[in-house]
Amino acid sequence: MTEQVQYKPLGGTIFTRGLFVLLFFTIIGFSLIAVRFWKGIGAVSNMTDVFPLGIWITYDVATGTALACGGYAIALLVYILNGWHYHSLMRSAILLSFFGYILAGFSVVTDLGRFWNVYNIFMPSRWQFNSALLEVALCIMTYCLVLFIEFLPVILEWIRGLGWGTVSKFADRFAPKLDRVLIYFIVLGMTLPTMHQSSLGSLFLIATSKVHPIWHTMHLPLFFLLNCLFLGYGVVVLESTLSSYIFDREYEVRVLAGLAGAGAWIAVVWLVLRIADLAWRGRLGMAFAGGDRYSLSFLVEFLLIGAGAYCLFKPKLHSARWLFISGMLLIVGGGLYRFNVYLIGFNWTHHWKYFPALPEFLITVGIVAFKFLAYFVLIKILPVLPAKHEPHLAGSPDWSSLMQSKIKSSSNWHLP
Amino acid sequence: MKSQTRRGFLKCFGLAGTVLAVGRAGFASEGAINDNGVGLLYDATRCVGCKACVAACKRANDLPPEKGSFDPEGIWDAPADLDGKTRNIVKLYRESESVWSYVKVQCMHCMKPSCVSVCPVSAMQQDADGRVFYDKTRCIGCRMCMVACPFIVPRFQWEKPLPQIVKCDLCKFSEVPRKGKPACAGVCPTEAVQYGRRRQLLAEAKRRTETNPGRYRSYVYGEHEVGGTNVLYLASAAVPFDKLGLPNLPNEAPAAFSEKIQHRIYKGFMAPLALYATLFFVATLNRKKLSKGGEKEEER
Amino acid sequence: MTRPFFSGVSRRDFLKTCMTATALMGLPLEAVRRVAEAAQSPGRPPVIWLHFQECTGCSESLLRSSHPTLASLILDLVSLDYQETLMAGSGEQAEKALEDSIKENRGKYILVVEGAIPTQNEGVYCKVGGKTALESLSRAAPGAAAIVSIGTCASYGGIQAADPNPTGAVGVSNVVNQKPIINIPGCPPSPYNFLSTILYIQTFKKMPVLDQLGRPMFAYGRRIHEHCERRPHFDAGRFAEKFGDDGHRQGFCLYKIGCKGPATFANCSVQRFNDTGTWPVSVGHPCIGCTEPDVVFKTSIFDKVQIHSLTPPDTYPAAVVEEKGKGADPLTTGVVGLVAGAALGAGAMLVKRLPKEVGDEKSD
Repeated sequence: MTEQVQYKPLGGTIFTRGLFVLLFFTIIGFSLIAVRFWKGIGAVSNMTDVFPLGIWITYDVATGTALACGGYAIALLVYILNGWHYHSLMRSAILLSFFGYILAGFSVVTDLGRFWNVYNIFMPSRWQFNSALLEVALCIMTYCLVLFIEFLPVILEWIRGLGWGTVSKFADRFAPKLDRVLIYFIVLGMTLPTMHQSSLGSLFLIATSKVHPIWHTMHLPLFFLLNCLFLGYGVVVLESTLSSYIFDREYEVRVLAGLAGAGAWIAVVWLVLRIADLAWRGRLGMAFAGGDRYSLSFLVEFLLIGAGAYCLFKPKLHSARWLFISGMLLIVGGGLYRFNVYLIGFNWTHHWKYFPALPEFLITVGIVAFKFLAYFVLIKILPVLPAKHEPHLAGSPDWSSLMQSKIKSSSNWHLP
Repeated sequence: MKSQTRRGFLKCFGLAGTVLAVGRAGFASEGAINDNGVGLLYDATRCVGCKACVAACKRANDLPPEKGSFDPEGIWDAPADLDGKTRNIVKLYRESESVWSYVKVQCMHCMKPSCVSVCPVSAMQQDADGRVFYDKTRCIGCRMCMVACPFIVPRFQWEKPLPQIVKCDLCKFSEVPRKGKPACAGVCPTEAVQYGRRRQLLAEAKRRTETNPGRYRSYVYGEHEVGGTNVLYLASAAVPFDKLGLPNLPNEAPAAFSEKIQHRIYKGFMAPLALYATLFFVATLNRKKLSKGGEKEEER
Repeated sequence: MTRPFFSGVSRRDFLKTCMTATALMGLPLEAVRRVAEAAQSPGRPPVIWLHFQECTGCSESLLRSSHPTLASLILDLVSLDYQETLMAGSGEQAEKALEDSIKENRGKYILVVEGAIPTQNEGVYCKVGGKTALESLSRAAPGAAAIVSIGTCASYGGIQAADPNPTGAVGVSNVVNQKPIINIPGCPPSPYNFLSTILYIQTFKKMPVLDQLGRPMFAYGRRIHEHCERRPHFDAGRFAEKFGDDGHRQGFCLYKIGCKGPATFANCSVQRFNDTGTWPVSVGHPCIGCTEPDVVFKTSIFDKVQIHSLTPPDTYPAAVVEEKGKGADPLTTGVVGLVAGAALGAGAMLVKRLPKEVGDEKSD
C-alpha cells in the first residue's frame, strides 16, 4: 500500500483528429502573425490611438496569464495550506502554466510595436522603476524560468527512463541535486505570480480618468491578485475535468471539491471587497443601477462569479458536472473582470469603439490552439499525468487508502 | 531539521539587505516638481485658425502630410486629429454662427507626466526644463504612454511595420536649436501661441483674464489639472473648456497617485522579500510536518 | 560703335525703372542709387545677342516692356552690338559687326542666347549666316564674361526638345562649360527678370544668387502655388472642374484643369506681363510650368501635377468627435460568435456527459 505516486506518459497516438484541428488554427494564427511583422500592426488589428491595447494584451497577456495561474494556485494549496493530496495535479498544472506564460510572452512580442528594441528591458541603465510594466515583464520572464526549472524533474525522469547512455547517467546524477534546491524555486514560483498578477492591475492605476469609475480604484492590484487566485482554481478544475474526460480517466472529484472550497472562499472575499470598495467610493448606484452598458457588464461579471462561488459552496453540487460548471463560471466571470478594466471600461468618456479585427482575433485563437496542441502532445510523451487508475475494474483500491498511500509516498521527497 | 528551516530563513533575510541597497535606484521624476519649466500659452481668442503652426510644425520636424478622408487625391495635409504624422493640429468648435472657437492641440507637457511614469525603458523622459520628449532608440512600442496619458496625446504609427510614437516635444531637437523657440510659437501671426517660462506665462494669462473678463473665461486651463501642465490655455468666455476637447480632470497627477501606491508596495523591495521569506518558512514547516506524519504512519 | 537706336528717356522714367528693378531684385531701397549710377556709367558692357532655334518671343517680350521703352534703356544700359531682330544692319555688314565685337571686347561682353542649339547631324538644322548654331556659339562663348540664356529654349532646349527631339535640341548649358551661365527660363520670361539680372551684374560686378538650375533666386525662388492670388480657392477646395464651367467663370483655382503652379518656380503671379497686370492664371488658363525643364513640353497641359509640401486646407476637424473607431464588422462578429458558440456548445455537451453524482462511485 505504500506506493510512490507514479507519473507516466499518456501514450497513445499523437496524430488524432483533434490535433489536426488545433494544428489548423495554429497555422492560420501564426501565418497572420507573420503578416503582422511584415506589414505592421495596423494591417491585422483594429487597435487605434484611443484603444492602444486590444485583445492581444487583454486576453493573451492579462487573462491568459491568469488562466495559467493553475500552477500558482495549486502550489499555494499544497505547500502553504498543507493540501498534499492535491499534489498529483501539480505537474500538469505546471506544464499548462509554463505554456500559458511562454505564450503570453510571445503575444507581448507580437504586440510590441518596436520589438527589436526589447533588449532595453534587460538593461538596468534603462529601467524606469515607476513603471508597472517593467515589473510585469521582468517578473514574468523570471517566472517562466522558474516554471521551467520546476518542470525539469519531469524531463529528467523521462530522460532517465529512456536509457540514453551518458545523457541518462547525467540525468541520474543531476536529479537528486535538483531535488535539494527545488524548494527554493517552488517558493519563488509562489512569490513571483503574487507580484506580477497584482502588477497587471497596477498597470491601470495611472489611468485615473480613463478607466470607468466602476472599476478604477486604488485597490486594483489587490483585486487582480485575488481574481487570479479564484480564476486559477477554476482553471485547475477545468483542466482536470477535461483531461479525465478526454483520456477516459477517473474524475478526481474529491480532490477537486476540496480545491473548490478554496476557490469559492477567495471569490466570496473578492466580491465582498469589491462591494465595499464601490460603496466607499460612492459608486454602488452606478454599478448596480447605472442602466448603461458599463453597469450591465459589471452585473454580468458579478453574477457569474457569485453564481460560481454559490455552486461551489453547496456539497450537493460537488459532482464532476457541477464542479465543471462552477469552475467555468469563475473563469468567465473572472476573465470578464479583466476585460472590463483593460478594454470595456477603458476610455469610456469617448464613446469610441473597439472590436477586434478578424486577423487579430484569429491570431489569438491560433496562440490558444498552439497552447493546447503543445500540452496534448507533451502529456503523451512525458510523464506528466499521474498513472491511470482503472475506475471500472473490480478490486481496485478504494479512495481513502489511495489517499493515505499518496500522503505516505510524498515523504520520500523526490519529486515535488 | 529545525536548523535547516532556520538556515533557509536567514538566507532570505541576508538577501534582503543586499537588495535594499539596489532598491533606491532609478525612480524617474523623484524630488521636487519644477514649476518654472518652459511651456506655451495658447490664447484661443487670438487664434484666427490660419494653421501656420500646423504647417510650421510639419516642416520643422520633417513630418509627412496626412491624407484627409475627404481628399482622395491627397492634395492637402488634412489630419483629422493628432496621429502618427501630426504632432500639432488646429481644430474648430462651432456651436453657432456667433459661438465658436479654434483650439490648438498638442502635448500638454505635464509637470508630472504620466507617460514618463509608465515607460518601462525610459523612452519618455522629462528634461530639466519640463519638456517631455521621446527617445525612439529606447522605445519598445508597448504603448503604455498612450494608455496613461489623460489627454490622449502620444500617437502611434499603426500603418508602419517599423512604427514609433509621435508627440510634440516643443521642438527640443529641431527648431529650438535652430531658432530658439518652437516652430509654432515662432510662426504665429497673432501671438495666439507664445513660448516662455511657465511662471511668466501663467502670470500673463491671469492678467488677461483679469483685465478682460468679458472676453475671457476666468480660468486658466492647465494651471492645476493633473498636477499642472506646462502648456496653458485661455478660452473665450462663451466656450467651456470641455467643448474644446480639454477634459475636466482632477488636480492630482495620476502619476503621483499610482506611484504612491506602488512605492508603498515595493519600497526597497521589502515586501516581496518578506513574502518570499514567509512562504519559505511556512512551506518548509509543512514539509517537516508531512514527513513526521508519514513516519508516524509507518511506525503504526 | 554704331548706335542703331534712338534715345529719349526722361530722368524721372529712368529712375522709376531703376526703382522697379531694384525692388524686383529684392534689394534694399538704398541700392537704387547704385543701380542708377551703374546704368549710366560710361563703361556700358557690350552685349552680343545670338538667336538660334527660337520663335523670337523672348525678344518680343522685351519689346513689350513699355515703361520706359526698352529700346531707349538698352541704349543707355548696355551697348547692344549684335541683335538680329532689332538691329538695322544685315548681311555681311552685320556679321562683321559681330566678329569685331567679339574680338574687341574679348572677356568683357555679355553673351545673351535666345533659342536652343540643335546637335544632331552636326547641327545643320539651324544655320545663320552660313554657320550652324554650334559653330556660332563656340565662336562667341569663349570670349564672354558671362552668358545669359534667355527663355526656356536657351535654358533647357524648349519646345524643339520635346519628344522625339529630332534635331537633338539642347540648352546652352549642355553645350558650353566653364563659363558662368544664368538661365532666365520662361516661354517667354518676364522681360524684367532679364533686365534686373543685367542691372545686377553691372551694379555689383558679380552673378546674382542662382538656384541649382542656374536661375536667379529673386525671380525663380518660389513656386507659383505659393504666391498665387487663387490660392485661397485651392485651400478652400473651390476648383474649376472643366473649362467654361461655373467654377471657371467664378475664377476658382485651376489645379484640376492642369495648373502646374505647384511644381513651377517663377514670379509670373507677382511680376505679371505686358505691364497690364495679367498672367495666364488671372485670365483663366492654367499655368503650363514653362520655367521648368520637366514640366512644359514634357507633360500634358491638362494633366494634374503632383504637389509636394502639402499644406492644410481651409477646413477644420471638429474639436470633439462623438463616435469613432473601428467597431465590429459583420464578418468578424460572425466568426467570433461562431467560435464562442462552438465553445459554449462543446461545453454544454461535455456537461451532459459528466457524471452528476456527488463524489465518485467508490465513496464511503
